[in-house]
Amino acid sequence: MKIKLKIWRQESPDSKGGLVDYELDGVSKEMSFLEMLDYLNTTLIERGEEPVAFEHDCREGICGCCSLFINGRPHGVGAEITTCELRMTAFENGNTIVIEPWRAKAFPVIRDLIVDRSAFEKIMQAGGFISANAGAAPEANSIPIPKELADEAFDAAACLGCGACVAACPNASAMLFVSAKISQLALLPQGEVETKRRARDMIAKMDELGFGACSNIGACEAECPKGIEISHIARLNRAFVASAF
Amino acid sequence: MSILDAKIPSGPLADKWASHKNSVRLVNPANRSRLDIILVGTGLAGAAAASSLGEMGYNVKAFCFQDSPRRAHSVAAQGGINAAKNYRNDGDSVFRLFHDVIKGGDYRAREANVHRAAEVSNQTIDQLVASGVPFARDYSGYLDNRSFGGVQVSRTFYAKGQTGQQCLLGAYSGLIRQVAAGKVTMYPRRDMLEVVVIDGKARGIITRNLVTGEVERHSGHAVVLATGGYGTIYYLSTLAVGSNGSAAWAAHRKGAVFGNPSFVQIHPTSMPQLNDYQAKLTLMSESLRNDGRIWVPKEKEDKRHPNSIPEDERDYYLERRYPAFGNLVPRDVASRAAKERCDAGYGVGDTGLSVYLDFGGAIEKQGKKAIENKYGNLFEMYRKITGINPYEEPMRIYPAGHYTMGGLWVDYNLMTTVPGLFAIGESNFSDHGANRLGAGSLMQCAGDGYFILPVTIGDYLADDIRTSRIPVDGPEFAAAEQEARDRLGRLMAVDGKQTVTSFHKRLGKIMWDHCGMARSEAGLQEARSLIADLKEEFWSEVKVPGRQDRVNQELEKAWRVVDFFELAQLMCRDALDRKESCGAHFREESQTPEGEAQRIDDEYSYVAAWEHKGAGSDHVLHKEQLEFENVEIKERSYK
Ligand code: SF4
Ligand code: FES
Repeated sequence: MKIKLKIWRQESPDSKGGLVDYELDGVSKEMSFLEMLDYLNTTLIERGEEPVAFEHDCREGICGCCSLFINGRPHGVGAEITTCELRMTAFENGNTIVIEPWRAKAFPVIRDLIVDRSAFEKIMQAGGFISANAGAAPEANSIPIPKELADEAFDAAACLGCGACVAACPNASAMLFVSAKISQLALLPQGEVETKRRARDMIAKMDELGFGACSNIGACEAECPKGIEISHIARLNRAFVASAF
Repeated sequence: MSILDAKIPSGPLADKWASHKNSVRLVNPANRSRLDIILVGTGLAGAAAASSLGEMGYNVKAFCFQDSPRRAHSVAAQGGINAAKNYRNDGDSVFRLFHDVIKGGDYRAREANVHRAAEVSNQTIDQLVASGVPFARDYSGYLDNRSFGGVQVSRTFYAKGQTGQQCLLGAYSGLIRQVAAGKVTMYPRRDMLEVVVIDGKARGIITRNLVTGEVERHSGHAVVLATGGYGTIYYLSTLAVGSNGSAAWAAHRKGAVFGNPSFVQIHPTSMPQLNDYQAKLTLMSESLRNDGRIWVPKEKEDKRHPNSIPEDERDYYLERRYPAFGNLVPRDVASRAAKERCDAGYGVGDTGLSVYLDFGGAIEKQGKKAIENKYGNLFEMYRKITGINPYEEPMRIYPAGHYTMGGLWVDYNLMTTVPGLFAIGESNFSDHGANRLGAGSLMQCAGDGYFILPVTIGDYLADDIRTSRIPVDGPEFAAAEQEARDRLGRLMAVDGKQTVTSFHKRLGKIMWDHCGMARSEAGLQEARSLIADLKEEFWSEVKVPGRQDRVNQELEKAWRVVDFFELAQLMCRDALDRKESCGAHFREESQTPEGEAQRIDDEYSYVAAWEHKGAGSDHVLHKEQLEFENVEIKERSYK
């Protein structure tokens, strides 16, 4: 099939970017969305143009690298998928597809569709861990954990750190990302000890880095590729309130 | 004298590690902060090492090519991580785990290293649980286990089908904690281009900043590579698109000997290739073989829908050929058996290059809910990619390039033949012999990083406590930087017409056809000449667009493909030299009358360690003879 693409091109962090039109013939429904971009890049290189830079690695929905804003939605259409899991079966001959990078003050563009998500790293460094030195751990089965709690912690731990929640949020809030980590660690006895300090420090860092506040819109949950639930934000709020005392 | 000294401690197998730990030299805590350690690669092995070394007080400079260590391809390990906890009371023990790994590796791994890996496995689980890894639990609240290919006990810990992701995120959290503490400095978005050797010791690296294009110098008292495997040499593999062998190859060019390069595991349960555009193959966890049954139709080229092929017209060929292990035979055996059926014309799907993995019986017996609990996310992943619902009809699977048992040769201390240059995790050759058992990779990576390297590197650094920070302005750094710059410049200058990827695909095809699941003298010879031609064509026809001084993903790929040409040659050379079949290395000339792999122990019971002699010169083979004092060498039978 033949599709029209409007793709954000930007030379470097401080240059001005804009949408550029491309027509691409010979697209197959069997391609994944990123294979379609690979194909576009092949044609661009063969024409002597520079390919579109975009981020990807595992291409199986597990690493969190891929991060495209497709037709106004992070990771495009489809429930609970990453960009790399999106297939061209979602599109028809003649469709126009607009592809942009994540948009958020805290995620500046590096080139074309690649953004800098190091703000997430900084939030994680502020407290997204359990202070357990290697060698100091007790026997793994010494603390039984109710299966329901372990399962719930697992669901929160599935967060990829992709940033779609920020890209989806009109306030560019990082609350879903932060709450997933706080929830996971608060649910486990090993991590619960540090909950208050963790919540306080991670939220302070998030505010400092220019992410917006959460006003309960819920767009993050709707676009999260891993189905991270907004209920974690409530748990975070409770931990945060508790940390104030 | 051979350049290989494995430095295996004396004494009984079970005491070696304990006595080694007691005898290695220690570095005083006050001195550790004056020592810099460069760590390249921050997957499970690298992140675990960074957190341990940081906690001990060393200064760690950690590098990765992704934007964050959390993205490393350890995330994709699905099925689990082994440990000898014996929680199931099913007779497991450190010795049994050791024994299974040695046997699974077809008696081509070093006993002492494998035993140590088994020993630290239990502590690794403790550490990961303490770090917040949400492993699966049963209703009692205790940790759950499952069994995995090639063994008869349940020793695999798992977190749904995302065990690697969860283990990596656990180790990553330890790493970022050390970043916050100021002990680890992260250098993300960097490719390592060269190792810098000064007075015979590894003292630094040259990197390319993937954002600015800058070629940078970094120094340290020691360099650790945790850069994973090179399975992407086949182009299509289960690895991440960015996984590559260039850091290991750079070390090899500077004198680190390469062990068993041709030992590559072809994973039996990947999704089959769907079309020519495909950039990678997606793995379906081996854990699926616990409940799924593998079959092909008994009739050749049977085009009926699988659900309408009656039970007695199905050939459950693994159960037929290997009644004792059935669908749980090790990976190499399962892969070859699939290839055998497809080559003989029984394969299914449009291309005839796939077999069925069927859950119909399991769902009938255990209920859909139970199967969903165990494999829900894998089924979902399969459905998303293929549009087929595996709850209703069998999956189609085919083998794919996966894991490299080969890698940098290391001694018992995990040090390569370049003093001060260490290799951990998949990047070394040490633990899996000629074939890795399922759930062994996470075990080795975490063990190497958390508990082994931090001990052994101290012994090396004890000599360096009076060595001040290594300056980066010396002639060795300048020369290494120049080498890197020259090669980058040469790549940009070719200015041909063909994309880097087109060369990579062609190389991958050559390797898959001739140095994949089955290898022969003639095929390998042909591959060597094809690779040489392809390399020549590359240097006159490749097009690397754009500029060097900013993001240039084509340049990154081109650098990696150049190293793959060299590595591919060495893999073929190694495969040619080893005229026996063992583990994943199947020489067509060496098989039993029933078509099983035929080892030749009295000739090939060694690690093939290849020394680079400079561009244009032939590699030199060194042999590390393997001694088996604690296991009886047997024909590896799963019948
Ligand atoms: S919460 Fe969801 S959308 Fe946000 S970073 Fe995690 S996985 Fe991505
Ligand atoms: S590329 Fe890894 S999640 Fe998409």
